[in-house]
Amino acid sequence: MYLNSIFSNPERLERLGDIAQSSFLPLIEAAVQFTLPLSVISFILGLFLAVVTALARISTVRILQWIARVYVSIIRGTPLLVQLFILFYGLPTIGVTIDPFPAAVIGFSLNVGAYASEVIRAAILSIPKGQWEAADTIGMSYSQTLRRVILPQASRVSVPPLSNTFISLVKDTSLAALILVTEMFRVAQQIAATNYEFLLLYGQAALIYWVICFLLSLVQGQLENRFDRYVSR
Amino acid sequence: MISIKNLHKSFGELEVLKGIDLDVEKGQTIVVIGPSGSGKTTFLRCLNILEKPSDGTVEIGGLVADFSKPMSKKQIMAFRKQSAMVFQHYNLFPHMTALDNILEGPVTVQKKDKAEAKQKALALLEKVGLSDKADSYPHQLSGGQQQRVGIARALALEPKVMLFDEPTSALDPELVGEVLQVMKDLAQEGMTMVVVTHEMRFAKGAADEVLFMDSGRIVERGTPDAVFNRPQEERTKRFLNLIQDTDTI
Ligand SMILES: Nc1ncnc2c1ncn2[C@@H]1O[C@H](COP(=O)(O)OP(=O)(O)O)[C@@H](O)[C@H]1O
Ligand SMILES: [Mg+2]
Repeated sequence: MYLNSIFSNPERLERLGDIAQSSFLPLIEAAVQFTLPLSVISFILGLFLAVVTALARISTVRILQWIARVYVSIIRGTPLLVQLFILFYGLPTIGVTIDPFPAAVIGFSLNVGAYASEVIRAAILSIPKGQWEAADTIGMSYSQTLRRVILPQASRVSVPPLSNTFISLVKDTSLAALILVTEMFRVAQQIAATNYEFLLLYGQAALIYWVICFLLSLVQGQLENRFDRYVSR
Repeated sequence: MISIKNLHKSFGELEVLKGIDLDVEKGQTIVVIGPSGSGKTTFLRCLNILEKPSDGTVEIGGLVADFSKPMSKKQIMAFRKQSAMVFQHYNLFPHMTALDNILEGPVTVQKKDKAEAKQKALALLEKVGLSDKADSYPHQLSGGQQQRVGIARALALEPKVMLFDEPTSALDPELVGEVLQVMKDLAQEGMTMVVVTHEMRFAKGAADEVLFMDSGRIVERGTPDAVFNRPQEERTKRFLNLIQDTDTI
């Protein structure tokens, strides 16, 4: 029905074209100003948190293991949207008010931290025990072993799953619209509210998300190639 | 050079080393043989404190470690520096070139001058016959070449004692000779070595003493000739019969 009405009505088609054109720039702006920074900052902070959490999980200190487990369990066992709502709408009731963007960064970082920690833990455990022994025998400390021997090899194993984490994160940032971050999806909502062209605006937003994720998958391929340099296949 | 007294190691309930006593003179090569599971690997790992012994003392090159007392990390590191280990499965760092594998100890750990360390590393590569492989990654090398890099990596630490844990047992037969040759050269140059191996030819050609280990004890010891040709203990005889069925002599 919708398609029918578009093609039988050149004026409407023209109107759609105009809207698409004029909304394209604001959407891209929102993506560049909020969606991408939110993704990148949260991913970097999250990765840092993930490495720390993974190391806590594999450490021999019980209390560290336990803290890491509880953290991962809570994040994985509750919806992301609920976490964002707690941070943004919930905390003010106990006097902790956080602006939309930092609240989103905190929420997404905590999420990436939990999910990626499982990836990194598995990657670290996949490195043969002989690598730790070789590092020991040449006199490396624990942190040297991690930095020079284990993490470089683990990061190679982690590139595909972590790329997936990042791509999921880019899409998940659309949830930040619900805590008032003017990222791309929220801008699409705002424009659509003025002209009621929901399909067009949300379609445009979807297209831009898809292009971003497609580009990221290309980067992933490049990274995998680079890491494969030292591995026989 | 090495003096081991009453060395014990248990994994939980399982006692793997049941009191080892051994003295090794500077420049000697000791070959350790024995059935699988008798504790040979654990013994070497204890000397490098890759495994913390449960009891006993070990002296290497003048440094004494008393395992009946707790040791600090610093003490362990200092003691570990006295020896270096060559592994059955080489355990090279796959993301580093042969040269970088060798440099890792002197440069990253011992903080030696990089240019100087590099010259020494290249000399070591030449010594093990791999001058042209400095920039190769481990996966580009054959097993024998990888193990020779492993030996060079251990030598770069300038240890007083070299420990070899079945260095040729993961190799195709035609690659064993090149690794044994490097080891023989080392022995000839006066390196003190403890070698776990079932390569009889190496033991006969290079060993000053052969130890037969079984169930965590040294059951028999002597010159290669004495142990191989006139074993006194029943267990030694049985073991030698077993390996002589399968190995080339
Ligand atoms: N980390 C460990 N934890 C528990 N048991 C071990 C460990 N390492 C070795 N063992 C046990 O100790 C015994 C001796 O092992 P090992 O020293 O590897 O013998 P070998 O090198 O002579 O074959 C075996 O029974 C083995 O299962
Ligand atoms: Mg063994």
